[in-house]
Amino acid sequence: MNNQNLHRREAADTTTGTFPIRELIMLTVVVAAVGAVFLFMGPAYSTRMMVEASCYAILALGLTIQWGYAGQFNAGVMGFVALGGFSAMTFTVPVNEAFWDSDLPGQLGVALLWIVAAVVVVIGASRLDRIGVPKRLRTLITVILGIVLYMVAISHFRGVADQIEDQVEFIGGLGLPVWVGWIVGGALAGGIGYFIGNICLGLRSDYLAIATLGIAEIIKAFLKNADWLTRGTATVSPLPWPVPGPAELGFTLARASYLAITAVMILVFFLLLQRAYNAPWGRMIRAIRDNEVSSAAMGKDINHRRLQIFVLGCILMGIGGAALGSFNSIFDPQGFLPLNHTFLVLVMVILGGPGNNFGTILGAVAVYIIWVMSEPLALYVMDLAANFGHSSLGWDIPRNLESRALQARVLVIGLLITIVLRVAPKGLLPEKVRHHN
Amino acid sequence: MNELVFFINNVVIAGSVTGSIYAIGAVGITLVFSIMRFAHFAHADMMTFGAFMVLLLTTLFPQAGQAIGVPTAIVMLPLAIVLTALLAVIIDRTFYRPLRAHGVKPIVMVIASLGVTLILQGLIRLFAGTGGQSLYVDDRKEIFRLALPIEGVRMPVVITEPQLYLFALTILAVIGLHFFLSRTRLGKAMRAMSDNPDLARASGINTNMIVAVTWMLVGGLAAIAGTLLAMDVTFKPDLSFHILLPIFAAAIVGGVGQPFGAIAGGFVVGFAETLAVFNWSVLLRPFRDNLPTWLELPGNLAFVGTEYKIVVPFFILVAILVWRPTGIFKGKVI
Repeated sequence: MNNQNLHRREAADTTTGTFPIRELIMLTVVVAAVGAVFLFMGPAYSTRMMVEASCYAILALGLTIQWGYAGQFNAGVMGFVALGGFSAMTFTVPVNEAFWDSDLPGQLGVALLWIVAAVVVVIGASRLDRIGVPKRLRTLITVILGIVLYMVAISHFRGVADQIEDQVEFIGGLGLPVWVGWIVGGALAGGIGYFIGNICLGLRSDYLAIATLGIAEIIKAFLKNADWLTRGTATVSPLPWPVPGPAELGFTLARASYLAITAVMILVFFLLLQRAYNAPWGRMIRAIRDNEVSSAAMGKDINHRRLQIFVLGCILMGIGGAALGSFNSIFDPQGFLPLNHTFLVLVMVILGGPGNNFGTILGAVAVYIIWVMSEPLALYVMDLAANFGHSSLGWDIPRNLESRALQARVLVIGLLITIVLRVAPKGLLPEKVRHHN
Repeated sequence: MNELVFFINNVVIAGSVTGSIYAIGAVGITLVFSIMRFAHFAHADMMTFGAFMVLLLTTLFPQAGQAIGVPTAIVMLPLAIVLTALLAVIIDRTFYRPLRAHGVKPIVMVIASLGVTLILQGLIRLFAGTGGQSLYVDDRKEIFRLALPIEGVRMPVVITEPQLYLFALTILAVIGLHFFLSRTRLGKAMRAMSDNPDLARASGINTNMIVAVTWMLVGGLAAIAGTLLAMDVTFKPDLSFHILLPIFAAAIVGGVGQPFGAIAGGFVVGFAETLAVFNWSVLLRPFRDNLPTWLELPGNLAFVGTEYKIVVPFFILVAILVWRPTGIFKGKVI
């Protein structure tokens, strides 16, 4: 017993005994940067930036457990963010009385029932071989039935959707408390993650990247074009906040109280994830990441565990996306961009340190500050270059300088990704692997 | 019969056009997959880069094509192919080779290629702006209307000049690729390396050179696909995210690592897309009088609206991953 304890203490000493100098330096830098923003841009602006950064930190935590804990690469964070935003919108926006007073809810219900019935019939047809129908005939029947019923159900549904758009614009919200929307957002994202993960996680990780990239674009296309559900490009605003809004408290105080909520969420997620990381469960996940074959030999159900962690990451992204959507107070499907919502989060994670939760949160705040500040900076540099070119070289200044300057950020994010992969592949705060002798 | 012409215009021709572009794109993806063994996300942006080079050269010398009677963009294409091939090799040297030398996992290469995607996109947007531009700077896009010699047909079959070039170049590229891979030493060495890199190295194949040649081939094909796509519609700097999914789906449907499978997969995906957005109600309209009265023909019988086009390659991808992950032509299972 004594001996064992001694061993444990030794092991602990060799790993945690070193002074966390890197963490302290990075923390100081980030705090100094936040302070500088407060100093130069005023409290209202900087509290807004901090709330957004904290929402991004939740997204980054979701990605860090997928990529850092388990080595799964999700290239479609944007899709899960959009789902979270959609859920936050649809559950919290006031009820559209015009829709519920008309006979449209009944029609919509019937159309949805048609779809459910069609699905049931097709699934039933695909089981026909159980009662002695030859397999080829079964496949033929299933395919034909599927096509015909799909056509019938979808044209019925299109009719109802068009009527909704004509008469009441969209079905409106449910008027529920904000936290319901956030939780459902996480659940929705987790459900989609389950679907994708089930298909792709048994294959090589490249397929997951391709599929998540695709599903993100599909979710965006759906939210953009399903006008009956989301008003599409007409956008929905304002979304209610979980705290009193700026109208009652003023910008700074309202944003600060919003920040308190997101900060508590981050703290809870961080503590839970940290616990999970050090628990046997976390060790198992890392074992699967580092050596699949041997952990399979130890009797671990690899695909099941992978699915578990992928869905968990997606749920976090959904919640983060919902928080971000509520804060922006406008639901605009066109505002979801791969650059802002996928690659920015990716940079936060690989720069901060994949698998290191503390590093990821710091990375999220740091990268978000750089991202926000890069806009005026890029404009300034472009302006300088253009003026120089104009005065000394006689160039014509392009008209759309502002939009072009913003394109420079695409370049910067791309460069950051490749440079970090080359120079610091483990991030600024690398994952600490404990060795138990 | 007008309905049939409508079908030819909207499915046969449109499907062949998208199919050809996806096919040439997917060949590049599958080549990188088989030699370097990672999903190269920057391929669509290499296509855009090739098209951008053509646009640049065409704007510089808008008159060049008129001397020999072809669009200037076609005259500039060989130069763009060379430039894009060069770019591909440079990208490999600066971004991928150090990582490869480090022995990183393939998924890290995928992330690096996403970084390269953003770099290329940023550069192109910085110089070209964000709007669409036509590759026909000084030329006129010829449109051929072929009237069918059948009684009662009023609609002509419509085909445009860039589409004819597209078909011709696709056939040329496929034949050229076939002879390169099956008859030349380099092509055979490439296939050997795709099958087993260690064995290829042990038999004295210079793998570094094979990698460089692959990138040149990939860059050249990307330039062809991008230019033809941009000639058919317009040049847009942000087309890559919309074309990535179809070409990956095509490469996987054809079987990863099978160049000819990728061509077949490209046409499968291209035709599936056009068939899915085609309004089948048009074809049923002539039989309207013979249909039973209880069956009311809706005006729109398309499987998905045009705005959901991207769903089609995704579902093809999902279906193939569920039922046959190796693809039609038995590619590598990875």
